[in-house]
Amino acid sequence: MQSVSMTINGKHVSGEVEGRTLLVEFLREHQRLTGTHVGCDTSQCGACTIHMNGEAVKSCTMLTAQADGAEVSTIEGLANGDELHPMQEAFREHHGLQCGFCTPGMVMSATALAKRNSSPSEADVRHWLEGNLCRCTGYHNIVKAIMAGARAMNA
Amino acid sequence: MPRDDGIGAAVRRKEDFRFVTGQGSYTDDLNRPGQTYAAFVRSPHAHATLNSVNTSTAATMDGVVAIFTGQDLLDTEVNGLPCGWQVHSKDGEPMVEPAHPALAQGKVRHVGDAVAVVIAETLGQARAAAEAVQVDYGELPGVGNMTAAKAGKAQVHEEAADNQCYDWELGDEAEIDAAMAKAAHVVELPLVNNRLIANPIEPRVAIGDYDTATGEHTLFTTSQNPHVIRLLMGAFVLGLPEHKLRVVAPDVGGGFGTKIFHYAEEAIVTWAAAKVRRPIKWTSDRSEAFMTDAHGRDHETIAKLGLDADGKFLALKVQTDANMGAYLSTFAPAVPTYLYATLLAGQYTTPLVYANVRAWFTNTVPVDAYRGAGRPEAAYVIERIVEEAARKIGMDPADLRTKNFVAPDAFPYQTPVALEYDSGNYAGTLEMAKQAINYDGFAARQAASKAAGKLRGIGFSAYIEACGIAPSAVVGSLGARAGLYEVANVRVHPTGSVTIHTGTHSHGQGHETTFAQVIAERLGVSIENVDVVHGDTNNIPFGMGTYGSRSLAVGGSALAKALDKVEAKAKKIAAHLMEASDTDVEFKDGQFTIAGTDKCVAFGDVALTAYVPHNFPHDELEPGLEEQAFYDPANFTFPAGCHIAEVEIDPDTGTVTLANFVAADDFGNIVNPMIVEGQVHGGIAQGVGQALLEGCVYDEEGQLVTGSYMDYAMPRADNLPNFTVDTQVTPCPHNPLGVKGCGEAGAIAAPAAVMNAVTGAMRAAGVTKPIDMPATPSKVWAALHAS
Repeated sequence: MQSVSMTINGKHVSGEVEGRTLLVEFLREHQRLTGTHVGCDTSQCGACTIHMNGEAVKSCTMLTAQADGAEVSTIEGLANGDELHPMQEAFREHHGLQCGFCTPGMVMSATALAKRNSSPSEADVRHWLEGNLCRCTGYHNIVKAIMAGARAMNA
Repeated sequence: MPRDDGIGAAVRRKEDFRFVTGQGSYTDDLNRPGQTYAAFVRSPHAHATLNSVNTSTAATMDGVVAIFTGQDLLDTEVNGLPCGWQVHSKDGEPMVEPAHPALAQGKVRHVGDAVAVVIAETLGQARAAAEAVQVDYGELPGVGNMTAAKAGKAQVHEEAADNQCYDWELGDEAEIDAAMAKAAHVVELPLVNNRLIANPIEPRVAIGDYDTATGEHTLFTTSQNPHVIRLLMGAFVLGLPEHKLRVVAPDVGGGFGTKIFHYAEEAIVTWAAAKVRRPIKWTSDRSEAFMTDAHGRDHETIAKLGLDADGKFLALKVQTDANMGAYLSTFAPAVPTYLYATLLAGQYTTPLVYANVRAWFTNTVPVDAYRGAGRPEAAYVIERIVEEAARKIGMDPADLRTKNFVAPDAFPYQTPVALEYDSGNYAGTLEMAKQAINYDGFAARQAASKAAGKLRGIGFSAYIEACGIAPSAVVGSLGARAGLYEVANVRVHPTGSVTIHTGTHSHGQGHETTFAQVIAERLGVSIENVDVVHGDTNNIPFGMGTYGSRSLAVGGSALAKALDKVEAKAKKIAAHLMEASDTDVEFKDGQFTIAGTDKCVAFGDVALTAYVPHNFPHDELEPGLEEQAFYDPANFTFPAGCHIAEVEIDPDTGTVTLANFVAADDFGNIVNPMIVEGQVHGGIAQGVGQALLEGCVYDEEGQLVTGSYMDYAMPRADNLPNFTVDTQVTPCPHNPLGVKGCGEAGAIAAPAAVMNAVTGAMRAAGVTKPIDMPATPSKVWAALHAS
């Protein structure tokens, strides 16, 4: 067992984990933050995307120990109570989700893009989403949502 | 003024807040007190005898609670998984229906076939012990495709000496052959409808729980139809009565058909939870999903179309081989027969249609319904061969189609393949699509591509589907072992808010919003004051779930019928309050009025009166305001439309770029246009995926080659363009909302449109031999450079 501590959504947490425990497992099973999802086992689908130290990372592809001391944020930390984050609001407004399973990863990936590029083009967004799979929307409305969300975040 | 949250409004979805904030409640998010974890031991072989399964080492490992094998199921009389549809061969014999044990008994028949289940305190312990179960397999030759199965390279089931499940036909072959002999033109086309894997992003999950105090079994599962699972598992597999078996399907992360079926893992965790007296959770990983979720499509077809000298279709003859996989999944036999051959008239007046369908067992995962189920295969056959015919006789493909369309005034239209189309305007959607893509400008765009060294093609797909599944008497006569009606319960609360219970299930379709919009429109209650409950057999009277674009057409119709009853009772209460006859009461915008007077009672006051019945017509009515309705549809619904794809091919690399895609669909009346557009987008993406990217590959002997997202090409954002979608409204004449269904259209229409565009572009470069889906760069390049 190994001791880890980190900040998750602004809250300091610590715990004992087996060395092999993946970060997504720590978030979902130990912290009960079940908004971060697991959709594959080959780092392809991006449903587990979170932010670590401000960068979008796939939490299924790193050990909990690698996040020791890090600032982690997950989908649960984005909204301010009932007030949605502009990217969440854009997904809602543009019907950028259907079943909702890929959505947390999409939103976390999108906010990371918006921090680098305040007004991404359609091509920028489509290219950026190479690490996130959605089976419901055909991406059309996700792309619209991210373009609008990025502008709203940087307005 | 129409309501801004009523029928026809693009209302933002009520369910989205919880999803965008990570508060959805998917099955894997649930944990039960004292929960254990299951891991399955699965066959790495396509075909083998099970000589022995030795669990002795595994049983002693840390945390192991129990291990069960196929023998344990036999010993406790757990039955195999049932098939929900019986098809008869043309000689009258029933299909070959081999047993499908939940854990293999004697033999394994596909990679991923479950041999044993290990239950342990943690998932890690369960997996470690599963690795330690020693299975002595006697490897046998396997058949990984229908060609190998037909050649008898191995025998999958003892009951099927030639690996054939059935040999079915629809129509009169002699009559068709005679008509074909007289045709001025006969076009023949071999087609492969590639095998696909549905791949909802949420993998399947099942949690079994048993309450020792009440004797109630509960299954939490990722299902599109919890009542169907309760019926199949309770009555056929485990022998549990409905009142002691609860099935819950909470938020489900996409289904696309593959979460309709009853799977072995559901039965195992439910049964074993009662054995070990603790909850058991099983979560599929993606690799497991690839080798256990039912796959889709996998047809090989030879189609022949006869035309007269003017281009009128005379006869269509289709010979199809359909892969069933190793066992018959829940609806598998119906997909290539009643959901396929009955659609082969398409949008056309073709007077004679004949189909012969042979189904085969192979050493592959079972194949069953995937978005569209049979109807995409039918549309692909028709729309590919019609395009081919246009090319062969030198007619514009739009004109050839228009010439043969069923006319708008010909409805109801009886096809030669059993179905009666209810309404439509096929020339209308074709024209809309032509305008949307600027068909007249195609020649100039093609010339510009050519000047840039590229090949450009355009392809039509004028599809039709049979949705609103289904009239129970009809499907019963065709071999279905269930009725396919739907149920809705409308509970008006004392203060006028409303809870709806529906037997349909939303896993992305937005029922919580659209069903609430129907209530808003009818009762004048804001959608904020309406809750839609689904997915729990203990909460909902009954239901057959969501598939076949049926939720609004069948479930919404049940809701409309229940609302009729609510309104009728509410009118009587209002009449009593206003001291008038209920026949004089009018109800509009949430207000009950008497024409010609200023008397008025609000809906909320009627609701309150129903529950606080001080001044109430007790001699005539019971207190309360809650009504329920079952709705069994009079006919299928027939959504139809025209999709057009335009592609550009780089001849140097074989890469196909989808330059433009337009869709003009007729779904009848529309409740929420935003949601309908989203459904069409998603369907198109899956159809384009089938045409250009996706293909499940097995080797000759049945080893799965595409076993992960590294090998199976899922459509990604940069593989697709934005889509232009529009709708025409020809209401469905036989259901109360006039709706037809929209969930499958894109997946049905898109493959033929894209492949007609690809083959058209290649033909312009002199390649006349069509290629099959998926049109990958290597396949396209090879075809271009072989010529």
